Amino acid sequence: MPVTGPETMTDTLRTPLYDLHTALGAKMTPFAGYDMPLQYEGIMAEHNHTRAAAGLFDVSHMGQAHYTGDEAALEKLITADLSALAPGEQKYTLLLNEQGGIRDDLMVSRPFGDDGLFLVVNAATKADDFAHIARNTAGKGELRVIEDRALIALQGPQAADVFGALVPDAAKLVFMQCGVFTLDGTEIWVSRSGYTGEDGFEISIPADRAEAIARLILADARVKPIGLGARDSLRLEAGLCLYGHDMNEETTPVEAVLMWAVAKPRRERLDFPGAKRVMQMFADKPARKRVGFTMAGAPAREGAEIVKDGQSIGIVTSGGFGPTVGGPVGMAYIDLDHASPGTEIEILLRGKARPAQVTKMPFVEQRYYRGE
Amino acid sequence: MSVKYTKDHEWVKVDGDTATVGITAYAAEQLGDVVFVELPEVGKSFDQGDEMAVVESVKAASEVYAPVSGEVVAVNDGLEGEPQKVNESPDAGGWFVKLKLSDTSQLDGLMDDAAYQAHIS
Repeated sequence: MPVTGPETMTDTLRTPLYDLHTALGAKMTPFAGYDMPLQYEGIMAEHNHTRAAAGLFDVSHMGQAHYTGDEAALEKLITADLSALAPGEQKYTLLLNEQGGIRDDLMVSRPFGDDGLFLVVNAATKADDFAHIARNTAGKGELRVIEDRALIALQGPQAADVFGALVPDAAKLVFMQCGVFTLDGTEIWVSRSGYTGEDGFEISIPADRAEAIARLILADARVKPIGLGARDSLRLEAGLCLYGHDMNEETTPVEAVLMWAVAKPRRERLDFPGAKRVMQMFADKPARKRVGFTMAGAPAREGAEIVKDGQSIGIVTSGGFGPTVGGPVGMAYIDLDHASPGTEIEILLRGKARPAQVTKMPFVEQRYYRGE
Repeated sequence: MSVKYTKDHEWVKVDGDTATVGITAYAAEQLGDVVFVELPEVGKSFDQGDEMAVVESVKAASEVYAPVSGEVVAVNDGLEGEPQKVNESPDAGGWFVKLKLSDTSQLDGLMDDAAYQAHIS
């Protein structure tokens, strides 16, 4: 069997936690231009540990920015209702192109009281996103790209106990709330959110304090470092999209089943990019949409073709083994006629049609903390 | 009984005209957690270098090639329920197939332990 050995890194960027990853024995991999930890002790063990206790992720490759000024200018580019976003709140939103295709998905929040918005976008798209936002808000708002802060995520059922012991007030946040706190004398920006389906926090830290704070969190025996491998299997089981795979510029929020991220007033005002086309598609039903699937045996991977009665009806966009599910799970775009949960489909794996079933997502129940 | 290796990280244990085939500890380590192994049917014949099995890890699918030509006389059914055996015991309980060799001279072209260790270091 062919095995690819460790690749030599050239021109790859490092996050402020690079030295920590290598000290912890991570197997590194290039991702979105960064040299990132793929795994430490192993993907399966890391996945299971996050579901059982708490895992610490380095997501410093993602793009952070502070937007101030005319919010209407920014709102025009996305699908959120910023007037309804109160200080201390966070929303998941979409950056769309003029056809209503998805340029990126991002988090927008108000951790700084009245002082503008904090944006967190995907690593692979951050340069384009920030250029697009800056260009389209020029003269009205100011986008300050933040390159001197790390971003980490602490996720899992014990994340709140662990983090609450360090920053008691941060543990009072509920899902999709945010704020500015102090840890070990350092200003940190915290939101109660994540990408695993578990309760947890995403924490922005000054780069020069990132390793010390990561080590402080890792000093709790309930916490283990988690790599990108388990990050992917955790988000997939939680039914969360991966940009560039489960949606892209060619897919609308209707096809991606992300209309919940298009705020009601924006739908009524038809003032988000591509609104006419998107709302027409929403009314008419799309030709295809994103669904989950499960199967037995070998997992179908991204790019596998889906067939029914010899006809091509779709394509897998994410697929792999779900350690908590205990079997293969995936997401696919499927013709609407075959997209209902329970529909029997076939997926072509190495030329052979394998039975699979359209399955409601998430595959693993989301356990966000929404208050007592 | 001698053990030989391929550059693609399969091992071959020869006993008379039968060869047991698996993947090396190095390959299993590189793959990470194995979650499924697709094995050929007993009775199927392969030429040296043919794709013979597929091993799926959490990360990716990888092909396993026939290290020598031969007919499959047994497969490791235990891997169906316990694919993790490939990680836990790659050179014993995690074996893949037994082949009846059709050309024992092919074994001379494979690496011995010392050569394989040099290959992966």
